[in-house]
Amino acid sequence: MTTATIQPDLQRPQLVLGNKRIGDVTEIVSGIVEKKTTPLWWKIAATITGLGAVVVLNLNIFYLFTTGVGVWGLNHPVMWAWDITNFVFWIGIGHAGTLISAILFLMRQRWRTSINRSAEAMTLFAVMCAGIFPGIHVGRWWMAWFLAPAPSQWGVWPNFHSPLLWDVFAVSTYATVSVLFWYVGLIPDLATLRDRATGKLKQFAYGLFALGWRGSNRHWRNYEMAYLVLAGISTPLVLSVHSVVSMDFATSVLPGWHATIFPPYFVAGAIFSGFAMVLTILIPARQLFGLQDLITIKHVDNMAKVILATGCMVGYAYGMEFFTAFYSGNAFESFVFRNRAMGPYAWAYWTMVTCNVITPQFFWFKKIRQNVWLVLALCIFVNVGMWFERFVIIVTSLHRDFLPSSWGYFTPTWVDILTFVGSICLFLHLFLLFIRFLPMIAMSEVKGIMQGHSLMNADQPLDVHGRKE
Amino acid sequence: MHDRRLVTEGIRVSRIFPKNSRQIAAALGLGVVLFGGLITAGVTYYFTPKYTRVGYTPYQPVPYSHRIHAGQLGLDCTYCHTNVFESPHANLPSPNVCMNCHDPAKGNIKGDSPLLAPIRDAFKTGRPVDWVKVHKVPDFAYFNHQIHVNRGVSCVSCHGRVDQMVEVRHEQPLSMSWCLDCHRNPEPNLRPNELVTKLDWDSAKDWKVSPLTQNTDSQEAFARKMVKVSALHPPTNCTTCHR
Repeated sequence: MTTATIQPDLQRPQLVLGNKRIGDVTEIVSGIVEKKTTPLWWKIAATITGLGAVVVLNLNIFYLFTTGVGVWGLNHPVMWAWDITNFVFWIGIGHAGTLISAILFLMRQRWRTSINRSAEAMTLFAVMCAGIFPGIHVGRWWMAWFLAPAPSQWGVWPNFHSPLLWDVFAVSTYATVSVLFWYVGLIPDLATLRDRATGKLKQFAYGLFALGWRGSNRHWRNYEMAYLVLAGISTPLVLSVHSVVSMDFATSVLPGWHATIFPPYFVAGAIFSGFAMVLTILIPARQLFGLQDLITIKHVDNMAKVILATGCMVGYAYGMEFFTAFYSGNAFESFVFRNRAMGPYAWAYWTMVTCNVITPQFFWFKKIRQNVWLVLALCIFVNVGMWFERFVIIVTSLHRDFLPSSWGYFTPTWVDILTFVGSICLFLHLFLLFIRFLPMIAMSEVKGIMQGHSLMNADQPLDVHGRKE
Repeated sequence: MHDRRLVTEGIRVSRIFPKNSRQIAAALGLGVVLFGGLITAGVTYYFTPKYTRVGYTPYQPVPYSHRIHAGQLGLDCTYCHTNVFESPHANLPSPNVCMNCHDPAKGNIKGDSPLLAPIRDAFKTGRPVDWVKVHKVPDFAYFNHQIHVNRGVSCVSCHGRVDQMVEVRHEQPLSMSWCLDCHRNPEPNLRPNELVTKLDWDSAKDWKVSPLTQNTDSQEAFARKMVKVSALHPPTNCTTCHR
């Protein structure tokens, strides 16, 4: 490398700080997994979220199945409420992972390497949480198979004209491709863990999933090609999945839902909420595991910029919805939006606007972008705001439709609330298990971007795992 | 594999896994596919009405032979099942219909046969014979018998060649998709109303011979005309049957 000839001002900031060698990355990242005991905070967090995921979530779903959807607060005219809100919320969260792993990869954004693994894991866990809600939202789990077109002696099929069916395809494709992408990326790191493992069980488990990886030239060649192909397949999914989710609403004739702006608006919102969730989880993880040199302040800064950009898009969409309602001259359309901002759900609407439009504006300032605790606080606001966005879209459009005699007001029951809390616990618990058993940073990829500056410091040749020969 | 280091690493891997782990993995994969395929095939064959219903031939209190009565003697279906053209339900005959021939006081055909004792008892006491129902449609599926036969759907389409059966046998699956197959494409099952109870009538062979049909080109042409002229469009929405 010829970094010495470049003016210091023009040099790109280092993506791995602390003058690290390649082997140090392996030591730091594998060290988290290989420690005999877990930190106290992990034990406490895993216990609480584990109870929430296993007991609270399952008991509430069991109560729903045995009693019926009446245990939820939804009723005519609000027939979709927290169930679909939670579904769209969780599906949206996943989009940051796919964007980081696919689009940033194709764009050669090298800073993605230290965050892509955990962001992709978040995608998977978010899709799992999302998948719960369509399956349970009619309260008849034994009919859940009818989501998918399957041949039966009934001779009937789901409606292929319905976006609800496209949604099944979109989300299941998304889940499948995300799992494959994540797993393929994991293989070299699993082989590292296998080779470093001391116990027989660990050697077997990591070895099984490392698929006999030896790091040969041919292995790397196939790996790179598979990764590139999967990135290519995933890229359109970043845009298509939430577009299809938005069509669940946009293809209906309900004012407030029937809008052509929905697909791009939903995609921007999904990436917005996804990045906020990635930061919400990675900032504590980075501090607690001391990963500041790998997930640097530059990474936080970049993600905050993405949040700023997508937050502005979302704000533009909010404004454009009102403009469309005004410019169309359609009395029903205008009513829905007046009702959103000034009706009985005004509190929800203005919570959404505050969290989603005002919060990201702070990220114009570098001082704020580089203060991790401020970033964390603002990201939590964005998470809240994006949940409220889906709530506002779904509930405010439904609660006052064409027939004033059947207007209503939705209030959640404790089952609604606990089911959502349970899904949050499931998400966090899966993430805690992930950081315990798998390398939360893609070691092999981070090593790929630190060639040059770190090898120069090595006084001895190192093998592929960074150990001295 | 020619690199010496890779070979040694290969040995290290093989300390964890048996030498033939590649074959084990392949066998496991194949096993999963075969097992899954077997389960799917088994459920498809054994758990669907094509297997669970077709072939059901219950013992009846009287071994009434449709082959003798409808086949050899040539009784029309409506001689006993009198209301099938007028009623939503296909009725079974009351014992006096049997007694037209089997009454010891009148025709006295097999008038003292012990096999006919339940009929004679029913005739005397007025308590109906406990015939066992063969073709059952679940309560949640509404079925109207008369609309089908009056639209030119023959008995044979749903009940098979009853005139060749000794005891009645469940011939068709009566599954929902089986109903829908015909509702979506009724034409192959249509024939002139006069021929609805002619179970042995073959639309391909007998069309040009039969005086009733020889003036039209073919069964296909007849069916197309029926669909057009009588607006014969069987509904396929849920409430057609699930009311």
